[in-house]
Amino acid sequence: MSRATIQVALPAHLRTLARLDHGDVTVEVEGRVTQRSVLDALEARYPMLCGTIRDHTTQERRPFVRFFACEQDLSHDSPDALLPEAVASGKEPFFVIGAIAGG
Amino acid sequence: MSKVRVLVGTRKGAFILTADGKREKWDVSGPFFAGWPVYHLKGSPVDPNRIFASQTSDWFGQVIQRSDDGGKTWIQPGTPPGESTTAPDGSPKGESNKFVYDTSGPTGKPLTTHQWYDGTQHPWEFKRVWHLEPSLKDPDTVYAGIEDAALFRSSDGGKSWQELSGLRGHGTGPKWQPGAGGLCLHSIVLDPSNPQRIFIAISAAGAFRTDDGGKTWKPINQGLRSQYIPDPKAEIGHCVHHIAMHASKPGVLFMQKHWDVMRTNNAGDVWTEVSGNLPTDFGFVIDIHTHEPETIYVVPIKSDGEHFPLDGKLRVYRSRTGGNEWEELSKGLPERNCYVNVLRDAMAVDSLDSCGVYFGTTGGQVYSSANAGDSWAPIVRDLPAVLSVEVQTLP
Repeated sequence: MSRATIQVALPAHLRTLARLDHGDVTVEVEGRVTQRSVLDALEARYPMLCGTIRDHTTQERRPFVRFFACEQDLSHDSPDALLPEAVASGKEPFFVIGAIAGG
Repeated sequence: MSKVRVLVGTRKGAFILTADGKREKWDVSGPFFAGWPVYHLKGSPVDPNRIFASQTSDWFGQVIQRSDDGGKTWIQPGTPPGESTTAPDGSPKGESNKFVYDTSGPTGKPLTTHQWYDGTQHPWEFKRVWHLEPSLKDPDTVYAGIEDAALFRSSDGGKSWQELSGLRGHGTGPKWQPGAGGLCLHSIVLDPSNPQRIFIAISAAGAFRTDDGGKTWKPINQGLRSQYIPDPKAEIGHCVHHIAMHASKPGVLFMQKHWDVMRTNNAGDVWTEVSGNLPTDFGFVIDIHTHEPETIYVVPIKSDGEHFPLDGKLRVYRSRTGGNEWEELSKGLPERNCYVNVLRDAMAVDSLDSCGVYFGTTGGQVYSSANAGDSWAPIVRDLPAVLSVEVQTLP
């Protein structure tokens, strides 16, 4: 089974929770590179992020969280759809973004 | 010399204020969890170095934090390497923020809906933890009052949570309706004389009591009068803002309701109004002097439409007679142009010989009185809006 190293860019509040100082996170994904497999790998490595990006039970994206990559909004894509090749190859990060709302 | 540690939750993080027993010079640490609303922090009576905190965000959901060193460092229970876990592969499960309603129907009914603002039924949806109440006996046990209203308990230091579903399932749950602040379970009072007895309060459902450790519950709202409810004797639907108990008189409870200050002498079976000569009996906080079980404190707020002090003068009122007769306490508090609110969990008392009283405002001030309210001074003036204040008295 193929193994990919994926860059994940997290918002500042989630980097703080995960005790990360700067920059992107890298996670190892085996097999298909999808939103689900990337987030599964992220939560396995940083369990303090469980429930902060996806609902614990439904595994659905939280309403004020968005996913972007390669200048595309992937928020409404199926969690099992393949991510762009540039993400799967590690050239471009998968962005987890807090929606711009509120004050 | 004894010292005090004041735990302050705000709209943009938590702060810890410490002083010696004189309570004159304060050290301020924080913000902890900067940028996140922290609804409540509270220390374990068994192990004061153990503090639980509710960090919550509309973006990233609920986070439970725990400190085991008096607030110097914090962890999300169950996530650091080395913490015991329950995952099959031995890895942390990261479930300290997992609050899942019990739908198993222990009472034989699916616990799925409550009343919505328009009168229709609405699914229960977890939003946040409003209040954390550590056990009086066990440092690993802590209760959480959540929105949409339910009571949860952790018996493993906050790593995992289970609902005490008998509360939602006792029968009136489908009639509960959210108040303006949401359908929140905001008050949890543990009876020190009877570990099986717990009181809780919900906006806008009312107060409830269990006498069997949370298995079964009953509404305890007889005597409450709420003008906006068609039936003035309604069993539920009352907008209780806060309740307080003195450890030496566990059958006596005081309540700040939406309007009305109330008291019960029989553990909530019947309430009577003790608003007496208060200039307005709307408000949120209520608390009791540590050494005088009939001395109570409220902060009157003008009205439900104008959430600020009457005439722009911030005043605490104290009754030394268990209600009805109130005196104004204003020395050291703003005399004019003060339009802050004092939210329901934002008052606390310490247990030093000269009882200290503390409260925080939506303007970011935390006031303290080292003489039971006779005079006040700000500890801090410019924090984010204060959501909660608790105090620990330390040796």
